Amino acid sequence: MTATTALQAEKVTPRHRVRRISDKTIQTAFILPTMVLLILWNIFPLFYSLYLSFTEYSVISGAPPRWVGFENYRNVLSDPLIWKYFALTGRFALLSVGLQTIIGFAMAMIVRAKFRGSGFITTLILIPMMLSPVVVGKFWAMIYNPTFGPLNYLLGMPPPRGPDWLANPEFALWSVVLVDVWMWSPFVMLLCLSGLKAIPEYLYEAAAIDRASAWFQFWRITLPQVAPLLMIAILFRTIEAFKQFDVVMGLTGGGPGDATELIAVKLYRIAFLGRFDTGIASAFAYIVLIIIIAISNLYIRYLNRLRGEA
Amino acid sequence: MAKFEEVGPHAPITESIRVDLVHPRARLGVTIRAVVAVVIVAIMLFPVIWLALTMVKTRPDAVAVPPKFIPYFPEGLLSDWCMVPQLNKDGTPKLGKDGQPVLKERDVCFDVTLEGIVGLFFERRTLTPAQQKQYMESPEFGWADRILLRRGLVITGPSEFVDRFRNSLIIAGTSTVLAVTFGLLAAYAFSRFDIQGKPDFLFFILSTRMLPPVVVTIPIFLMYRQLGIYDTHIGMILLYTVFNLSLSVWLLKGFLDEIPKEYEEAALVDGYSRMQAFRKVVLPQAATGIAATTVFCLIFAWNEYAFSLMLTSDVARTMPPSIASTQGAGGIEWAIIATASMLFLIPVVVITFALRQHLLRGVTFGAIRQ
Repeated sequence: MTATTALQAEKVTPRHRVRRISDKTIQTAFILPTMVLLILWNIFPLFYSLYLSFTEYSVISGAPPRWVGFENYRNVLSDPLIWKYFALTGRFALLSVGLQTIIGFAMAMIVRAKFRGSGFITTLILIPMMLSPVVVGKFWAMIYNPTFGPLNYLLGMPPPRGPDWLANPEFALWSVVLVDVWMWSPFVMLLCLSGLKAIPEYLYEAAAIDRASAWFQFWRITLPQVAPLLMIAILFRTIEAFKQFDVVMGLTGGGPGDATELIAVKLYRIAFLGRFDTGIASAFAYIVLIIIIAISNLYIRYLNRLRGEA
Repeated sequence: MAKFEEVGPHAPITESIRVDLVHPRARLGVTIRAVVAVVIVAIMLFPVIWLALTMVKTRPDAVAVPPKFIPYFPEGLLSDWCMVPQLNKDGTPKLGKDGQPVLKERDVCFDVTLEGIVGLFFERRTLTPAQQKQYMESPEFGWADRILLRRGLVITGPSEFVDRFRNSLIIAGTSTVLAVTFGLLAAYAFSRFDIQGKPDFLFFILSTRMLPPVVVTIPIFLMYRQLGIYDTHIGMILLYTVFNLSLSVWLLKGFLDEIPKEYEEAALVDGYSRMQAFRKVVLPQAATGIAATTVFCLIFAWNEYAFSLMLTSDVARTMPPSIASTQGAGGIEWAIIATASMLFLIPVVVITFALRQHLLRGVTFGAIRQ
């Protein structure tokens, strides 16, 4: 009798009413906010800028967009300077991602060993990537300064002997690369480190029993096991290198001349300076997007092959 | 480890030691790694240390040639080493009127000043030398005023720094919370339910991260102007939320996939509703993932520059564009920029350190598990 009462009491508790929400409803309710936000803030802008890329339009002119067909694309693609900037960005991406990979991986190999304070040290190394990129650009400009900057001084080249890193077209790109490497090697390190930590210990035990050399262990165990994560790090960094904007703006603003005019900087200049050529900027942005997607696809395909073999 | 006499010969072996890891050569290897790691930290952190030193320099010291590395407090820490007797041409110490040797600063030393810190918080105006003298003698100025008075400046009012910092806190904080919350809900749905076209949905979510900001900026700029949310907090919060959502969904889905479905099923059998199971079983298990995702979203939203530069002007402008455009009267105020950057860095560093265990684990999931 008491049991029945308890059961009946149970039925009217709010908990029971909650249960009537079906999984289907929950599923929809959970996904809806994300989808609505993504559609409003990504799909709409994407299609709108696709439309704008076929028009002559400037956000500041007040005149409505005028349909011009493929003219913007023709203009961008036939501009030799744009191709030069693409080549420059490619070089920048290659140099900076390459160095980040090597340095990040090397750092991960060093801090993977457990020693007193290794966790603390690892976190300290992460600090550069927590800084705001534009602040980083600004401050490195000071460090590079040929008169009062500490870099030349520490390199033993007090003024006027030291080079002006950012004003010299030969060094400017390398200087930007160095800052990017400084800032983002820790990111590669973090990804590699989690890859390293996931390697099962028994592989090394087996290798140790077989008296395999450290070199052999590195090439046959460590590298293949970390490769997928390393590829993900490289993928992320390559995408970011093509979007690189903040650090360059802080460091050189694209100069000297156009020695560090990466495509993202050029894009900003077309879209938000001078004549505010929204139409041309949209067309240019679409070309960049297609290139990024193409490169990402190559990487992802390679990554999947790597996974398939592993 | 317990001694043999205590546990006896038949006690189970509870731990094993890899002989190759306790070999003296291996131990030496670890020591070398530790030393190299410390050197790496020193090199990596040099620019940050330089930032910290610049914070407490006067304007001339910040751009002194040769650069100054050693801070000292007058009459205090390190001042004995930094102040050396000035020498006459014949090499004897130069004596002042009172018979004491005249001291001068070493080239690499600078005395610590709070000019940059005060300058960050207040707007300043230059005084004429006569005014400066008069103001210095006036007793009504506080310590902050006096620091600037010494340089011939007077405080005219609070600077925009506090506003900008508050904007950053509101925008980055709220958008991180929203991105992690919505991301968690969506990730749970993707992880636990059979959804038609799931891989396509997920790729769509990821691909939103590949867009160059400028592609979306122009339409969003136009859209915001139309809706009247250009340069508003709500506009920036929603924008940053969306840009973090893709990362958040992917990372969190990786984590939730790791949590065995059986836990919730057991809870459902025990009479929990789906919502209760989610709250009481899944959430605590996903704590690590939530923490790691929060750090990554926060770092992005906190430091974002391009959107803020192009989509805000005064009301909702965050710190990064504001730091980048800091200018003093006649030249760059390095100390103020350094102070702003350091104060701006602290919240992220504190949160990252607090969550660092999660961060290391956190990155593994979502990346490895797909």
